[in-house]
Amino acid sequence: MKTIQFREAVQQAMSEEMRKDDSIYLMGEEVAEYNGAYKASKGMLDEFGPERVIDTPIAELGFSGIAIGSAMNGNRPIVEFMTFNFSLVGIDQIINNAAKLRQMSGGQFNIPIVFRGPTASAGQLGATHSQAFESWYANCPGLKVVVPSNPYDAKGLLKSAIRDDDPVIFMESEQMYGDKGEVPEEEYTIPLGVADIKREGTDVTIVSFGKIIKEAYAAADELEKEGISCEVIDLRTVRPLDHDTILKSVKKTNRLVILEEAWPFGNISTEIAYSVQMNAFDYLDAPIIKINTADTPAPYSPNLLKEWLPNSEDVVKAVKKVLYK
Amino acid sequence: MDHIDIKDLLWMYRAMKKSRYFEERIEKAYLEGKQPIFNIGAGAIPGEMHLSNGQEPSAAGIIVHLTNNDTVTATHRPHHEAIAKGVDLKKMAAEIYGKKTGLSKGKGGHMHLFDPNVKFSCGGIVGAGIPHAVGAALANKKKETTDIAVAFIGEGAANSGAFHESLNLAALWNLPFILVVEDNSWGISVAQKASTSIPSNDLRASSYGIKGYLVNDNDPIEMYKVSKEAVARARKGKGPSIIEIKTYRFLGHFQGDPELYRNKEEVPSLRAKDPINRLKEYLLKEDLSTTEEIKTLENEIYTEVDSAFEFAIQSEYPKPEEALEDVFY
Repeated sequence: MKTIQFREAVQQAMSEEMRKDDSIYLMGEEVAEYNGAYKASKGMLDEFGPERVIDTPIAELGFSGIAIGSAMNGNRPIVEFMTFNFSLVGIDQIINNAAKLRQMSGGQFNIPIVFRGPTASAGQLGATHSQAFESWYANCPGLKVVVPSNPYDAKGLLKSAIRDDDPVIFMESEQMYGDKGEVPEEEYTIPLGVADIKREGTDVTIVSFGKIIKEAYAAADELEKEGISCEVIDLRTVRPLDHDTILKSVKKTNRLVILEEAWPFGNISTEIAYSVQMNAFDYLDAPIIKINTADTPAPYSPNLLKEWLPNSEDVVKAVKKVLYK
Repeated sequence: MDHIDIKDLLWMYRAMKKSRYFEERIEKAYLEGKQPIFNIGAGAIPGEMHLSNGQEPSAAGIIVHLTNNDTVTATHRPHHEAIAKGVDLKKMAAEIYGKKTGLSKGKGGHMHLFDPNVKFSCGGIVGAGIPHAVGAALANKKKETTDIAVAFIGEGAANSGAFHESLNLAALWNLPFILVVEDNSWGISVAQKASTSIPSNDLRASSYGIKGYLVNDNDPIEMYKVSKEAVARARKGKGPSIIEIKTYRFLGHFQGDPELYRNKEEVPSLRAKDPINRLKEYLLKEDLSTTEEIKTLENEIYTEVDSAFEFAIQSEYPKPEEALEDVFY
């Protein structure tokens, strides 16, 4: 095992797959000469050349559509959005074409494409640069949505996403690119659609994904001191959603807290809460609590942002509430 | 006449006539069950129906220069391009009827026709097909083939962001790509003059440093000549072009459109210049064909189209549970 940064895990996954398959290319703003806005494609232009590591103008609609057109003709593009906030400019191509072409063509076309880049807030960037669209993309049939939380998962999941024959939305975080973690030197992949129990516990289940899961770990540490044992599930993929792992855990702990950095209305947490009440109603000893951002655009000022974002204290409070403590 | 191949003109006549006859059959079938009260969801062909009667030269005049390996992306008004490109006619008719034997097994409908065998696709979002053709051109360039890609749009889509982003990239990367703008004067009910700041979109080519061509008065021969040059340039790696053709929309935006926005003289005056008749007259006047040869060709078309409709009508609908297929889970 070697300790590497999250950005290196992303770069290694792309480079390893590109060495094996000439039809894969990387395209996006700043990906080539600049080595990626967050250096997640460092060295790739040198290794693969400008035909396969392609700088684009600031034209998300155009290059998303071009990637789709090339995917209909035998290519397997990886499209980097500098952030998923900017994917909205290209979202027509993602929703109306990437997601639908397989179904609309009766299975004649499939779109092997990965749209990747950072999601959610990244410090005080203000309302347009702090949004989480996991639930928007996951709502659309035809898209898979992957949100890793550490370098090991990122590498294994991204390799699977690149090999997948359907479009995958792969969401990272500006605040995770520098995170370090152990990654095997030998080849490995992690299947999409499989959650990971990051911490086993017996008293309460906490479900989360992406960078915000760190707040769940901090809460679990804090609660452990008080003798409360939390099971923390990292979804890793939010669509397809690993309902089984969640249900199995809830049937054991009888209590569920969901932590998701997203606006509260109709999000991934809502979907999980629906599924659990439908399939494990009799096992629940308390109402499910979901912890999300405030129901407003992200504010700028540091104390406003702190109030807006969920944190470990919110998780501690929620866990105590479902335990009636 | 050295640069016009007689066989090409006959091929164009066949493609144009086939499209016209196919759409005449659609026009009749579409109204079944929708009279006396127009209900868009009723009848054997439900949903919106956008017909291309009158616009045939834009498709035939360029597709005559293409091969099966060249890509075509079309719009929500796609029949003339699909037929010229050689999309399987039986499967296309069956798709429009929503049958299991259709191109997309009944999941697409008339705005969503796909035939990978002849590299044809189209779609219901205005402008969205432009980057797809540019992407196909990028894939062609990567494979180092001489295959090219052609996107068809209406003049309305020329004002979309997809137009600008795609053309800039096609030009920047010198891709084998041609954009055909079919200016039929109307974006639904909005006149070209009310939506567009310039008289024709070939003028926009200079903004991208690429070649622009203008074909006036829906002229099939002129479309043939201009396209021949643009296709040859694209194949030789000389970069993209825009071809704008001033074409005719004989019918409404959709079938059932009361067309209150255009004056009553417009359509009869356009029909008097029907491009199919003009091409036929040209073929006869220049002794490039005979009345008998054209009659035979037309009879072949009627038989082929009629049997495609027969196939569509006789085919089964998909089973309800097939609604859940062709998505990844």
